[in-house]
Amino acid sequence: MTIGGLLATAGQVLLVMAGAPVLVGLMRQVRARLEGRAGAGIAQPWRDLRKLLRRQPTTPTGTGWAFRLAPLLLIGTSLVLAAVVPLLTTASPLDPVADLFAVVGILALGTVTLALAALDTGTAFGGMGASREMTILALVEPTILVAVFSLSARVGSTNLAAIVTATLHDPLRVASPASLLAAAALLVVVVAETGRLPVDNPATHLELTMIHEAMILEYAGTDLALIEWASAMRLTVLLGLLASLFLPWGIAGTSLTALPLALLAFVVKVTLLAVGLGTVEVFIAKLRLFRVPELLAGSFVLALLAVASSFFLA
Amino acid sequence: MTDISYPQYLDLAAGLFLLTAVGVLWRHQLAPMIRLLGIQGVALAAIVAILGIHQHSLELILVAVGLAVLRAGVLPLLAWRALGEAPAQARETRPVINTAASLLAAAALTLLAYAVTRPLVALAPSPATAVLPVAVAVVLIGFFTLVTRRRALSQVVGFLLLDNGITAIAFLATSGLPLIVELGVSFDLLLVVLVLQVLTGRLRTTFGSTDLDELQELHDQ
Repeated sequence: MTIGGLLATAGQVLLVMAGAPVLVGLMRQVRARLEGRAGAGIAQPWRDLRKLLRRQPTTPTGTGWAFRLAPLLLIGTSLVLAAVVPLLTTASPLDPVADLFAVVGILALGTVTLALAALDTGTAFGGMGASREMTILALVEPTILVAVFSLSARVGSTNLAAIVTATLHDPLRVASPASLLAAAALLVVVVAETGRLPVDNPATHLELTMIHEAMILEYAGTDLALIEWASAMRLTVLLGLLASLFLPWGIAGTSLTALPLALLAFVVKVTLLAVGLGTVEVFIAKLRLFRVPELLAGSFVLALLAVASSFFLA
Repeated sequence: MTDISYPQYLDLAAGLFLLTAVGVLWRHQLAPMIRLLGIQGVALAAIVAILGIHQHSLELILVAVGLAVLRAGVLPLLAWRALGEAPAQARETRPVINTAASLLAAAALTLLAYAVTRPLVALAPSPATAVLPVAVAVVLIGFFTLVTRRRALSQVVGFLLLDNGITAIAFLATSGLPLIVELGVSFDLLLVVLVLQVLTGRLRTTFGSTDLDELQELHDQ
């Protein structure tokens, strides 16, 4: 463990905590501007969070521990992800935990807790949202595992930091078919996992097709703030993971001096990804729910082809 | 082009080649399928051109130019024209099995292609033969498209996929056919597509749709 790695990891967590709502605000603002609206400004999610955090949480009658525990577990898993994934540095003191399978497991843990909480409320919307979320999770998880497996096969390790370091040493790997296919598959999966268009529409509350919003309808006050914050952090970490795996330039090792540059590179990369995603969302409509498995099956095939080509073309 | 980057360019072109084949299975509308077919033609021409540049063979480069004109220009254009006459409701493919299942089948076919071509690749390991499984996979996916689609036009697309795959195998496995054979095959292909285009038109005037399921009974007319 080095002091540089420790500092970078702490910085990573703080940056994700502070930056995630801004990132969501930025995506909304891009969308608003492209649709010809003025938009609420990129700091609006922070204002919403501040308002919600001051309010008292209420729990519906008849709900148990699953409902109360979910926001805490969700924000906890998001913070662990922010610390573990190599966003600023590859020399994190939590390096042994930064295993691919552990990261996917932590990601799924948050999702499952929220689905359990939605079931706990006993409302029709909660159950519907939970069942849809589980359907998507069941299709998304194999794709993530297979896609990153194609990257780890060449490195010989499922450790994320090891994969990023190997790509840093050999930048031409990014242009190989395996890497490009895996990038496309992971992008679809990130969009599905964070509940954005075309899988889910994050802007609506009153639609029979909603997924994520249906699960959190019963939350209020501090609990709702925690869930919104955690969702924003998951989005940031997943975009950051994409950037680290496929555009790893600028990520610092153990040295302290490279840290400001890594910080800048991370902010630029994630901002570009978010602006790109926000722009694309303007031009596409939400898929019918029954078309979503087709999209995810497509991304699974991409991931599988990535693995196949990493074995046979290499 | 240096020799270090040659396998990488070849891999990239092959990746695009396979990706467009999977994309054809993924899409529901006929128009994007034809566009993907055009992109696949470009990828095929790129594979041949890369082989030609690597072997310093002018003949292969000329063949690549010809392939680009035929596969990325003329054939998609003909299919496009046949599509232009179709009524709006006939622009969807209506596959026999649903898209998710056919995508999974495509994945299985790709793995099958890798398994089957391993002895072939082992005969003469080189960057060109290493890409051979991709071409075989495209042949299998094209055949699958041919079998599971109902519209006449999407079957034409499947047939062209199949033939793109066969051409790719020919160039990757043997480093080039005699020019005269390639010319003959290309003209055959052009004729087949023209005939199929006429057939599609006849189908539509007789039955009002290009659904091949209508052809199950014999009529006394």
